[in-house]
Amino acid sequence: MVLVYIDQADQQIKKASLEALSYGAALAKEIGCASEALVFGTVKDPLADLGKFGAQKVHQLKNETLNSLDVKVHSTLIATVAKNLNATVVVFAHNINGKAIAPAVSVKLGAGIVTGACSLPNTQNGFVVRKTVFSGKAFANIKMETPIKVIAINQNSFGLVEYNSAATIVEIKLDIPPASIKITKVEKIEGEIPLTEANLVVSGGRGLKGPENWGILLDLAKALGAATACSRPVSDTDWRPHHEHVGQTGIQIAPNLYIAIGISGAIQHLAGVNRSKTIVVINKDPEAPFFKAADYGVVGDAFEVVPKLTAAVLKAKAAN
Amino acid sequence: MKILVCISKTPDTTAKIAFIEGNTKFDESGVQWIINPYDEWYALVRAIELKEKDPATIIHLVTVGGVDAESIIRKALALGGDEAIRIDSTSNDSFTIADQIAQVAKEGVYDLILTGKETIDYNSACIGSMLSALLDLPFISLADHFELNGNTATVKREIESGVETCEVTLPVIVSCQKGMAEQRIPNMRGIMAARTKPLKIVAPAVSSATTNISQFDLPPSKSGVKLIDPENMDELVKLLKEEAKVI
Ligand SMILES: Cc1cc2nc3c(=O)[nH]c(=O)nc-3n(C[C@H](O)[C@H](O)[C@H](O)COP(=O)(O)OP(=O)(O)OC[C@H]3O[C@@H](n4cnc5c(N)ncnc54)[C@H](O)[C@@H]3O)c2cc1C
Ligand SMILES: Nc1ncnc2c1ncn2[C@@H]1O[C@H](COP(=O)(O)O)[C@@H](O)[C@H]1O
Repeated sequence: MVLVYIDQADQQIKKASLEALSYGAALAKEIGCASEALVFGTVKDPLADLGKFGAQKVHQLKNETLNSLDVKVHSTLIATVAKNLNATVVVFAHNINGKAIAPAVSVKLGAGIVTGACSLPNTQNGFVVRKTVFSGKAFANIKMETPIKVIAINQNSFGLVEYNSAATIVEIKLDIPPASIKITKVEKIEGEIPLTEANLVVSGGRGLKGPENWGILLDLAKALGAATACSRPVSDTDWRPHHEHVGQTGIQIAPNLYIAIGISGAIQHLAGVNRSKTIVVINKDPEAPFFKAADYGVVGDAFEVVPKLTAAVLKAKAAN
Repeated sequence: MKILVCISKTPDTTAKIAFIEGNTKFDESGVQWIINPYDEWYALVRAIELKEKDPATIIHLVTVGGVDAESIIRKALALGGDEAIRIDSTSNDSFTIADQIAQVAKEGVYDLILTGKETIDYNSACIGSMLSALLDLPFISLADHFELNGNTATVKREIESGVETCEVTLPVIVSCQKGMAEQRIPNMRGIMAARTKPLKIVAPAVSSATTNISQFDLPPSKSGVKLIDPENMDELVKLLKEEAKVI
């Protein structure tokens, strides 16, 4: 059986987990077994809907304390459930929580693990999973040698596959181990689209000259419904918050659209964004290295081009 | 207070990524090796800062790697730290690496184990979490602040929708990212001192790999950029809608 761990934040299921579920269902079909989901905590979304993404059954451990992450507690419980259900593959989203828990679960199950997986396993000859390495600059095909396997999949690498069915919900009862950490404060980033979940991202670099000029970028992001990001020097000089820094040493993202404004395209920056489906580069220097990695390029002054682009987006939206 | 910092060796961030031997091995020719940025800038420097506050602190560095990891661990010692341990294994299976570090950690009895967020070559983000399972210790991932108050640590970590502050009783494992500390450059005194700091080489404990890299490949290169007239942004919007189908 393929078991998919469903991650939640604020009692809402993460989109990345629906993708993991789609992946798990496709894998289950390929190896000829059932695909089931595991939900922790008091999630508000209707769980039967997980059937739409391929879960036949949803196992729920309904306990409020599980709404926030405690790696020791979560990994112990997931491993116990996986063992009880005889899962042969456990799938996670390779997001903040998945990264923290999946490796511990693999140790507890004596399972091999591949994190950052980007396609379905090849089961022709053994069990080989493809993953991104060198921050997206290459791929590695990893042979998994253990009977039980743990896979954490990259966001936006598989997509959502919808079925027309509902899942049955099974409530599990397990003793919750004592908490290993105490959460004392939660600061939410309000009203913004989290960068790692965003389909559209507008990003700015040193070419924008200063924080006072970010308005044009924010207007474009708002028109598109996009999240915002920046290059490292921009967050290093506090023009923008640290959590917007993308790249080799920042966060790695893979949206459908990445618009880079006044960013030169240094190799370390590209490492964080080169998995984006479509890249648009706006730069006044036609020699900027970013153009080599771009699908669409505009050679021009950002201060003139960006407001025009925003107007064009709004015009197209209004025409719809 | 005894801290263990996990140090890994990675190719310089500008290194050319190429493969040899039928795409089964990373081409190391001409590659400059560096300390994995997260391990250096954030994990190690934070440990050094803690020692500056409380000089009784002992910092050990550990790396799992071959002889060529030695210059990297010396470089780390030049920044700070009291002694280093190299576990002589060139495995790149995360479980094997974590298993080796766990042995050293059990023997050393540390109050705090720091790792980087991930290595910039294999991007596994596994070691800290695996150590937590192997040592049965709490694990806080993606931390950007760490303060100590006696036996209690206050750590800020990134969560899906923001930032969370947690309190944890030592011992604990923490993976570090940007914000944790300010990058430092080793000075001459540090470099000289590092030469005489103990570097212990230990044989790897028996551990069997759970994964093996069978082959690498490179992404197909982009077919070429389509340039759009800066005066015609309607055209760009049209292409994004109709050709790329992303908006
Ligand atoms: C170990 C290491 C790790 C690193 N990690 C990262 C990382 O994770 N992320 C990251 O981003 N960087 C990283 N860097 C830094 C990276 O090498 C570059 O220095 C950085 O990405 C450059 O940022 P930038 O493109 O904003 O600025 P610049 O390189 O200064 O580029 C500014 C660009 O703006 C253009 N421009 C100027 N004015 C205008 C205008 N009016 N209109 C349009 N365009 C204009 C210029 O032509 C230029 O191309 C790292 C570096 C190292 C050594
Ligand atoms: N070979 C190694 N030796 C020592 N520490 C390592 C090694 N590989 C990874 N680490 C540590 O584990 C962290 C996460 O690495 P990884 O799980 O490989 O992405 C790194 O930032 C290091 O702190």
